[in-house]
Amino acid sequence: MTAPRAPCAVSVGGLSVARMEGRLTGWGRTAPTTARLCVPTSTAEARDAVRAAGERGTLARGLGRSYGDAAQNAGGTVLDMTSLARVRALDLEQGLVTCEAGVSLDRLMRLLLPFGWFVPVTPGTRYVTVGGAIGADIHGKNHHVSGSFGHHVTRMRLLTAGGEERELTPGDELFDATTGGMGLTGVILDATIRLLPVATSLMAVDTERAADLDELMQRLEATDHRYRYSVAWIDLVARGAATGRAVLTRGEHATLDMLTPRQALDPLAFRPRSLPAAPRGIPGGLLRTATVGAFNELWFRKAPRERRGQLQRIGAFFHPLDGVPEWNRVYGPGGFLQYQFVVPYGQEAALRSIVEQLSRHGCPSFLAVLKRFGEGGPGWLSFPMPGWTLALDLPASVPGLGPLLDRLDEQVLAAGGRIYLAKDSRMRPRTLAAMYPRLADFRALRERIDPSGVFTSDLARRLAL
Amino acid sequence: MMNALGDPQSLLVLGGSSEIGLATARRLVRGRVEVVHLAGRPSPALDAAAEELRALGAQVHVHEFDATAVDTHETVLGKIFAEGDIDVALLAFGVLGDQERDERDPLAAAAVAKVNYLGAVTASLVCAQALRRQGHGALVVLSSVAGERARRSNFIYGSTKAGLDAFAQGLGDSLHGTGARVMVVRPGFVRTRMTEGLPEAPLATTADAVAEATVAGLRRGAETVWVPGALRFVMSGLRHVPRAVFRRLPV
Ligand SMILES: Cc1cc2nc3c(=O)[nH]c(=O)nc-3n(C[C@H](O)[C@H](O)[C@H](O)COP(=O)(O)OP(=O)(O)OC[C@H]3O[C@@H](n4cnc5c(N)ncnc54)[C@H](O)[C@@H]3O)c2cc1C
Ligand SMILES: NC(=O)c1ccc[n+]([C@@H]2O[C@H](COP(=O)([O-])OP(=O)(O)OC[C@H]3O[C@@H](n4cnc5c(N)ncnc54)[C@H](OP(=O)(O)O)[C@@H]3O)[C@@H](O)[C@H]2O)c1
Repeated sequence: MTAPRAPCAVSVGGLSVARMEGRLTGWGRTAPTTARLCVPTSTAEARDAVRAAGERGTLARGLGRSYGDAAQNAGGTVLDMTSLARVRALDLEQGLVTCEAGVSLDRLMRLLLPFGWFVPVTPGTRYVTVGGAIGADIHGKNHHVSGSFGHHVTRMRLLTAGGEERELTPGDELFDATTGGMGLTGVILDATIRLLPVATSLMAVDTERAADLDELMQRLEATDHRYRYSVAWIDLVARGAATGRAVLTRGEHATLDMLTPRQALDPLAFRPRSLPAAPRGIPGGLLRTATVGAFNELWFRKAPRERRGQLQRIGAFFHPLDGVPEWNRVYGPGGFLQYQFVVPYGQEAALRSIVEQLSRHGCPSFLAVLKRFGEGGPGWLSFPMPGWTLALDLPASVPGLGPLLDRLDEQVLAAGGRIYLAKDSRMRPRTLAAMYPRLADFRALRERIDPSGVFTSDLARRLAL
Repeated sequence: MMNALGDPQSLLVLGGSSEIGLATARRLVRGRVEVVHLAGRPSPALDAAAEELRALGAQVHVHEFDATAVDTHETVLGKIFAEGDIDVALLAFGVLGDQERDERDPLAAAAVAKVNYLGAVTASLVCAQALRRQGHGALVVLSSVAGERARRSNFIYGSTKAGLDAFAQGLGDSLHGTGARVMVVRPGFVRTRMTEGLPEAPLATTADAVAEATVAGLRRGAETVWVPGALRFVMSGLRHVPRAVFRRLPV
């Protein structure tokens, strides 16, 4: 996000309203639109901004790490929540943290690790807010064991369309609609999250190579339950017999006895380093299938055939891309998108066919991530369901990408699967509706609690949520 | 909303029976466009356009709109935008006039200017305001190579397009940073009913080729589109030909 920021406190007729215009995109840097930006620093300011929302409505935005248009609201107001970022309470006995929605997971990790607590779910980047984590009901490498983020939220406070604050707990209709509700039920002001106790800040990681997709799926299926964290990286550029060759990395928080004496001196150290930001003004077309292919080849050869119990830092294991700030610029001015879907267990044929089609199309995707999901949560529009999920980044300029992904959408739908809203930037409204059976309930609830449509987004307009 | 790959979902065609407009609508409906508004003077051609797009699966609304009734534009177009966001507004109305007659009949010349320039100015301004309010959307203006340098043989039409082209460029600049934008399309000779019976100019093209270039331009966020693309270079050459020579060129 490059837009200028302004506090909300510009008083017009006693109401604080936003005044700065900003051009916003998601992480993929596609489909920019303009909104008035407002940066509330208190609940009162957020409330005033919601009450002052004009006919184009308003929407909360976290760190803008969703790939598409989920955190944009063309012509309306966008509340940048990152200044509503106080940690309100920390219960080190029970492992509970209560914080405002703009607090990032990076901040929580830095704060909590020294006390031996870790966030219950972390995505592939630490730079997401608690509000965004609930709004998209995010999942991590531990989904098969721990479920999605919403599962670890014990309560939250939601600012609704009328400007009232609602205290919500799991099981409340509004709690479940808000978990994965993409900001469309209101503004999450704060939340209490149940933490995970850890003895060290290191990860004990097992790495293995799999020669093809079948071997990969077999191994994940057979042994995933032994690991808290599990994910596989697939090379989509490799064709023929090597289609789906992959590296599995699975692990667990290291225990004290695994550390060297030196590491044991400061077992909970957490000082993630970052490299210089990706340069600006990178021309499009840099990422061709050939260059990406060479990269993937190198990466596959570099991975050990098998290695057990290697100690890795949290950053290296969970957030390898956070080491390069603004890496999304690598894709050039045309931007990129991420395609992530899940198909239920039993639909392995559909998964295999989709991987083959992507590989055949010659998509220059660095790596695709494959993971097994556990039980789904109660969130009405929450993405995870028991099954295989695949995610890959693609430059928007790949020829024929639109029709290819439309075809894949249909196959995902036919297999009983779905596409992740936090990543989507191009789906058809009809397909989406068929993938999320509770969308009708979601629409009805919004109609009831927000009849004039105060909360809306580009995503909501595009997909008629 | 325009999606990440530059596919719009809703379209407004001003001059709803225009062949170029219809060709573009057809292509967009085969993509993501579900809602089409056709604004034009009631005619069998307008109804036929609506029917054809409906048959392709679009939800089509027809609105009565006369480019020369400039005082009605705000109301007529305002109502359309009030029904929902417009991702692409295509300004496709225009008349070629009859150069020889129009030179002799100043009021006939003024009528050409009234449609092509005056009507386009009010309609564009109303659309631009609405797009700015939306915070997104593209106004596509069908200009013409004829406006690039006025020719002896059709300077009345050419000058109206020159005015429109300059206006549209300025309007585009005024929208910078608002989320809305203007794309100027400059076709050469296009085989449509507008040019029926006229001798073909070099590099003559089809309505569908204009449509294809327009859709591609929207995808890449272009500001100017020439159809065919080679005209960009031809015209940049012609621009510098001395007057005395240009006057005698068979263009
Ligand atoms: C490199 C990378 C890796 C990723 N890996 C994963 C992964 O492994 N698993 C996964 O699930 N996701 C992953 N994501 C996606 C990311 O976790 C989600 O998009 C997340 O929602 C981003 O949080 P944010 O704070 O940036 O929210 P934004 O992108 O700003 O907003 C996301 C949504 O949440 C809503 N929202 C934000 N704050 C609030 C609030 N206070 N109240 C109400 N609604 C709010 C917004 O309206 C919007 O709809 C990844 C993204 C990147 C860039
Ligand atoms: N064909 C070419 O060679 C060429 C080349 C460059 C640029 N262009 C431009 O491209 C655009 C579309 O042209 P086209 O080739 O598609 O020709 P077309 O089929 O004749 O379309 C022209 C349209 O303008 C409409 N129109 C004329 N006067 C109007 C008025 N007073 N109010 C409302 N609508 C009016 C016509 O509607 P009615 O049916 O009601 O008359 C018709 O729909 C025009 O702006 C033209 O100048 C054309």
